[in-house]
Amino acid sequence: MAEADITSQLLQYSANGLAKGSTYALMAVGYTLVYGVLQLINFAHAEVYMLGSHFAYYQARWAGYLPEDSAGKPESVPIGLALGFVAVAMIACSLVGMLIERIAYRPLRNAGRLAPLITAIGVSLLLQYGGQAVFGTEPKLFPTFMETEVYELGPIKFPNTNVLIVLTTVVLMTALTLFVTKTRPGAAMRACSHDMKTARLMGINVNATISLTFGIGSAMAAVAGVLVAMDQPAITPLMGVQIGLKAFVAAVVGGIGSIPGAALGGLILGVSESVVGGLWETSYAEAVAFVFLIVVLLFKPSGLLGKATREKV
Amino acid sequence: MARTIAIFLAALAGCYGLNWFLAEFIEVVYVDYLNLIGIAIILAVSLNVVNGLTGQFSLGHAGFMAVGAFVASPISIWLTYGEFESGPLAHASLLHFGLALLACGVGAALVGVVVGAPALRLKGDYLAIATLGFGEITRIMLQSQDILGGPTGLKRIPKMPQLPGTAGWDGGTSTFWIFLVVAVLVILTVRLQRSTFGRALIAIRENELAAETMGIRSSRMKVMAFVYGAFFAGIAGALFAHYQHSVRPDDFTAVRSIGVVVMLVLGGLGSVTGAITGAVFVTLLPIMLRPVEESLASSGTPITGLSMIVYALLLIAFMIFRPQGIFGQRELSLKLLRSWVPSAVRGKGGKP
Repeated sequence: MAEADITSQLLQYSANGLAKGSTYALMAVGYTLVYGVLQLINFAHAEVYMLGSHFAYYQARWAGYLPEDSAGKPESVPIGLALGFVAVAMIACSLVGMLIERIAYRPLRNAGRLAPLITAIGVSLLLQYGGQAVFGTEPKLFPTFMETEVYELGPIKFPNTNVLIVLTTVVLMTALTLFVTKTRPGAAMRACSHDMKTARLMGINVNATISLTFGIGSAMAAVAGVLVAMDQPAITPLMGVQIGLKAFVAAVVGGIGSIPGAALGGLILGVSESVVGGLWETSYAEAVAFVFLIVVLLFKPSGLLGKATREKV
Repeated sequence: MARTIAIFLAALAGCYGLNWFLAEFIEVVYVDYLNLIGIAIILAVSLNVVNGLTGQFSLGHAGFMAVGAFVASPISIWLTYGEFESGPLAHASLLHFGLALLACGVGAALVGVVVGAPALRLKGDYLAIATLGFGEITRIMLQSQDILGGPTGLKRIPKMPQLPGTAGWDGGTSTFWIFLVVAVLVILTVRLQRSTFGRALIAIRENELAAETMGIRSSRMKVMAFVYGAFFAGIAGALFAHYQHSVRPDDFTAVRSIGVVVMLVLGGLGSVTGAITGAVFVTLLPIMLRPVEESLASSGTPITGLSMIVYALLLIAFMIFRPQGIFGQRELSLKLLRSWVPSAVRGKGGKP
């Protein structure tokens, strides 16, 4: 009996972790795309995610689905309108992502690796504290985009939000993979990540391609922001810090530069965090990501699905 | 060697004089800023040996700080009070404080070996993110150690020891101890840069493969540089804990590690004076901007976190217009340093 209990608990935590891992995966894609092209850890990505949820929040608020004071109970938004809000948030975040690249990273493209890293930290701080100044520091209740229902499958319970998170992620990741492998702009992205100089010689508009990369990554982050906000009803300007770090870890674990790697890394981290937190100790869950990271880096520095590069002499 | 001892004695006297001056004439608030700057300098200069001199990008300095703080504080508390109960603060004795500092330095250095030996096989951003992971793991593990106070950490950490004639000083002797460590670290680091070891580190930074073909055992050298940084980061953590009289695991987040790297890059990676300048700049800037924020708040248009917003904007602008940092890899005014520091530091002895 006890054994069956453990098994069903394990399954339950894994199911929860799948949803968490999906949001990591959506975020990790943004890191991995940018790193693949520019070899830059885009620290500001976590703040784009934060902005995504806030953009959706303010639309709902202006549309009258939220009480003016932040303590009141939010109303539920009809599904069509909610999709509209998400679309607008995605577009706005893409623009923000491209703007960040244009202002903070492009002037430093030939200045070595460190300077853009520091401006990335600067942008990240700017958006965190700027967010606090503009949105306020208190947590805000997010509107309900859908009524929560719980499906049961044997011993495991799935809230419909979790199902939505996983499905959205699968759809978006598939679309992104198709985009990168089958279309011409996708081929341009791959070319830039392979060898930017040669790509330019082949007539690829490198700047436009990099902008596109940031735009796509940021749109994914916006979706992740909205999905997480739906699941955990309060949002704050500092909500990106922790998930950003972990999503980057997920990208490295999966093999940075690789889209399936980001998905795999995100899912592994999400599931293992959820299982460790549930079956062992909650505080250790926070450390799981980093333990994974170090173990993977030591044995396969290029990540689980990354390609090993040989140093040329 | 005699020169080095003379400089050390001068530093000792200088720190004592500085602390006396501060205790007599300066408001405690400003002394506080100075002490925080001192701790920041220790962090920046020690990390510079790893990141600047050796070119190994470490983002785990806060982790070593945490190790140092959480090794030194219990030792110091136990030796001074003999118990872990709440009560009034007391001064640690010189011996106890010395033991605590030594233990934390050695503890952090040992952790440095354990972390560095495997991690330094990684390069560039991978090393950065692995060391960042180490720092976070350390912090999270410390949070769940009930014996070390869990998430609330340790309180009632003794004050730094008294010196002859300091009994009446309000601010205590923290400035003396902090800046003594700063002086020792800077002297050591400047000497280290000019030693065979330092040259080997620079060779590794410039081209690891070429350095190895020249007979430099690069993995060993890298670990040694890493341990040097870890040792002083541990000391900085212990000083921080004794200075604040309390310490929490959350004092040592990734944000702090990143902050130290910002100091280095801002000052010019690979330059000791650059590291010092960066540390002063990064510590002071938000503090200097705070009055502006307060005056805005009192005049009716409060902007929360204005100082940090301006700090972030300046950081971005600075990097765009001067990506190599204030000094680049050079030291503050080459001519000045050539005529001052080396002739003074260049003793007849061998390694420091």
